[in-house]
Amino acid sequence: MSVPLDHIRNFSIVAHIDHGKSTLADRLIQTTGGLDLREMKEQVLDSMDIERERGITIKAQTVRLTYKAQNGETYILNLIDTPGHVDFAYEVSRSMSAVEGSLLVVDASQGVEAQTLANVYHALDANHEIVPVLNKVDLPAADIPRVKQQIEDVIGLDASDALEISAKTGIGIDTVLEAIVHRLPAPKGDINAPLKALLVDSWYDTYLGVVVLIRVVDGTIRKGQKVRMMASGATYELDRVGVFTPKLVTVDNLGPGEIGMFTASIKQVADTNVGDTITDDRKPTEHALPGFRPAQPVVFCGLFPVDASDFEELREAMGKLRLNDASFSYEMETSAALGFGFRCGFLGLLHLEIIQERLSREFDLDLIATAPSVVYEIELTSGETMHLHNPADMPDVVKIEEIREPWIKATILTPDEYLGSILKLCQDRRGIQRNMTYVGNRAMIEYDLPLNEVVFDFYDRLKSISAGYASFDYTLSDYRPGDLVKLSILVNAEPVDALSMLVHRNAAESRGRQMCEKLKELIPPHLFVIPIQAAIGGKIIARETIRALRKDVTAKCYGGDATRKRKLLEAQKRGKKRMRQFGSVEIPQEAFIQALKMGDE
Amino acid sequence: MSTETLGHNSVDPRSNGLFGVYVHWPFCAAKCPYCDFNSHVHRGEFDEPAYVEAYSRELAHFARQTEGRVVQSIFFGGGTPSLMDPRSVAGIIDAIAQHWTIDPKAEITLEANPTSVEANRFRGYRSAGVNRVSLGVQSLREGPLAELGRRHTVDEAIAAVRLAQSIFPRSSFDLIYTRPKQTLADWEDELTDALWLAEPGHLSLYQLTIEMGTRYYDLFKAGKLKMPDEDTSADFYELTQELTQKAGLPAYEISNHARPGQESRHNLIYWRYGEYVGVGPGAHGRLLINNQRHATATEKMPFDWHKKVLARGHGLVTDDILTWEEEGDEMLVMGLRLREGIDPRRFHRIAGRAISDRQIAELKAIGFVETLPNGFIRVTDKGWPVLDAVVADLAA
Repeated sequence: MSVPLDHIRNFSIVAHIDHGKSTLADRLIQTTGGLDLREMKEQVLDSMDIERERGITIKAQTVRLTYKAQNGETYILNLIDTPGHVDFAYEVSRSMSAVEGSLLVVDASQGVEAQTLANVYHALDANHEIVPVLNKVDLPAADIPRVKQQIEDVIGLDASDALEISAKTGIGIDTVLEAIVHRLPAPKGDINAPLKALLVDSWYDTYLGVVVLIRVVDGTIRKGQKVRMMASGATYELDRVGVFTPKLVTVDNLGPGEIGMFTASIKQVADTNVGDTITDDRKPTEHALPGFRPAQPVVFCGLFPVDASDFEELREAMGKLRLNDASFSYEMETSAALGFGFRCGFLGLLHLEIIQERLSREFDLDLIATAPSVVYEIELTSGETMHLHNPADMPDVVKIEEIREPWIKATILTPDEYLGSILKLCQDRRGIQRNMTYVGNRAMIEYDLPLNEVVFDFYDRLKSISAGYASFDYTLSDYRPGDLVKLSILVNAEPVDALSMLVHRNAAESRGRQMCEKLKELIPPHLFVIPIQAAIGGKIIARETIRALRKDVTAKCYGGDATRKRKLLEAQKRGKKRMRQFGSVEIPQEAFIQALKMGDE
Repeated sequence: MSTETLGHNSVDPRSNGLFGVYVHWPFCAAKCPYCDFNSHVHRGEFDEPAYVEAYSRELAHFARQTEGRVVQSIFFGGGTPSLMDPRSVAGIIDAIAQHWTIDPKAEITLEANPTSVEANRFRGYRSAGVNRVSLGVQSLREGPLAELGRRHTVDEAIAAVRLAQSIFPRSSFDLIYTRPKQTLADWEDELTDALWLAEPGHLSLYQLTIEMGTRYYDLFKAGKLKMPDEDTSADFYELTQELTQKAGLPAYEISNHARPGQESRHNLIYWRYGEYVGVGPGAHGRLLINNQRHATATEKMPFDWHKKVLARGHGLVTDDILTWEEEGDEMLVMGLRLREGIDPRRFHRIAGRAISDRQIAELKAIGFVETLPNGFIRVTDKGWPVLDAVVADLAA
């Protein structure tokens, strides 16, 4: 039942968070009758709770719409909803390469944001035809001419025939559907060639097992077929082929240009690599699709259970999450401070936050996360090169020839009134300015920045100094040598491994001082004086002192009411269980969490 | 400390051979703004004999569970027991005597407010058998007395203390210090007066604490009550230790001071983790039945308590068998408040575990705990002001 190629249109929607991508997708589904009103949950496409709450997309999803155009013909429109965050840049690029065109949705009152830009570049890289769409034109603050001008100036797209819509009220939805049919190209492909399909994404479904999202390029894929994943070499017999309307509907086969899914008794998502090429096992295609690369974690941190007895539960939860998210990696780690836990690798900070949030939400686990760290390349005097994921593993300085750290290319868009403080922030974080242009009253700044300065709290700082108006995006660029030192924190003369970090030598002192000050607030007074020190190697660079407790005694006991006193003691004992013992000092969990969150206040 | 042996109870390590009866009289003429004790102001008709009857019935209930004990102490606490008719006090003491043997040297204490009305009943209490009063003086300064919501004047208080000293073999009074606005110098003066007045022997000196559910708590939350900070509070405590020590009334417990031999035997039963029955609304007890320690508590609301006692002979709302760990915790919490400390061997027998050697060693190293020649462990002068933290370490 393959659909003729010229009656298929495949597209994605490019937008900044909150500019209305999901609302538009919902509206398109509703207008073409994919779901009736009763079935419409708000924003069908973002199905994870976290996705819906944060308005972000983590997993690519597709929906196949059947649209009867004004010319009387019926078209199949396949929408891929792509992840919209820089952490998932590779996934975005694969999703983009599965479709031929994009709708560029820009909020008519807000204008172009940094994230929009990054995703437009992905679309351009994938040779998309792009249709600009101004959303929320019904808002009083909408400034259509200005935003059109901005699209032309910043992105370099002709915006003269941009569509003007309101996804919320439904204004202009018909023009969007017509533009998809008439302005976007039909896919190309050869139905008679050997099967060649792109693995767009995959996820674990409790009922179906691993669900693989694909775009067929050549040939057909059908139930019962034995297919091969070209990168991994694994073969599977397909139990089910289907499309999402957005409900799952099984079909006999999918032909060139079509987008759909299959299941094949695949055990875990890690067996499927985004970007891999799927072909027929007996009649394979000669060349795999270009652009495949395995997932590479960029940011690492340790995750430890607050309650040490939750370790096994954490291990199980990690295993379950990994089933569904192959880009997240973990291995066991032991910390003197925090006990047993895991060193985890993530695609970026958002990815880290999402995993952490899912662990606490879906598995009900309280976690302590250590400071996020990037991957350093260390060239040893022996000539070997090592990759350092954990500051605790840093070799002795005398064995180090050179430390190299990852740098990024960052793009920041901001109203010009915040420009000064943003430039200062970038300078403070060792940034190198590459470019600065003005578009109306907005500035676009491009900076090279060390990633380790960004993982700390750059994004929060940026948001706070720009009252939330600046937007930020980045791509990893290269490794560069850096004058980096390991900053250790000592509590009562004992080093606390979970708090150590690699920082630039020039920032070490101020970071050390902040850390000491913060810990002084967070560690409750003990029966003795506690020094808190920051050190590089053996040299103390900052010190604070927690004074000793002077008064802590219940004055009066009520008659023989020992129960009340006992309950207080029991509460104290429970509190102690939630502390981490360091020599004779007890550090509350909260202190680890807060100290590592530290900003530049 | 008193070395006098009391009673003839078998010296079981769980009770230390100590047995007392606590009688809670929950009624007050007015509620004081700092007080979170179980106290109630009754309005209109009040049938006191009917309540006395209920106390007798509840005593009978507990007596069945603690047959054969010798009562070493009876304590009428409140509330305000000095609002009781002396005949009611006599009635309750008689009921106790019916069920148990009262040691001839037993201490029988009654808490009293030092108003002139109440002082008029002192002789009646003495005739009923009371041999010790504890007076809620709270302050020897007029302004603070009014602020604390007390219904007596300084002169009345002094007269009541003097009268009590002439009627009862032993007496004590309470003061509250580290009050809002109070300076160290103020307290030095006031405490000096108190030590002069306290001859021959017992003082309870409590630092003011803000308890939930009191009017002070609301004021404090609203920022209308400035409480001294931790350092000031420590200074007050140290000054108190110094002055009482010099006057020959050293602390034998965190907040209690006595000339040797003048200690409250009743409170020692609690602190030495002995056995005690608690009757009346909202009273707590610790009973040893079949070698298990029961933690009992009765209904707090007087009317409901009374109804319960009439219906089933007791007003119990809690009767828990404590675990070894809980017993150990209670023994530490209570016992380490005492200057004499606790016997670690007895702790081991009660709690089924030893106190951590590492914890003791660490606390000794920093001078907060010491071992006495008799093997007892006690918290040092330096450790006392931070007792709660020390106990938490030892219990952990």
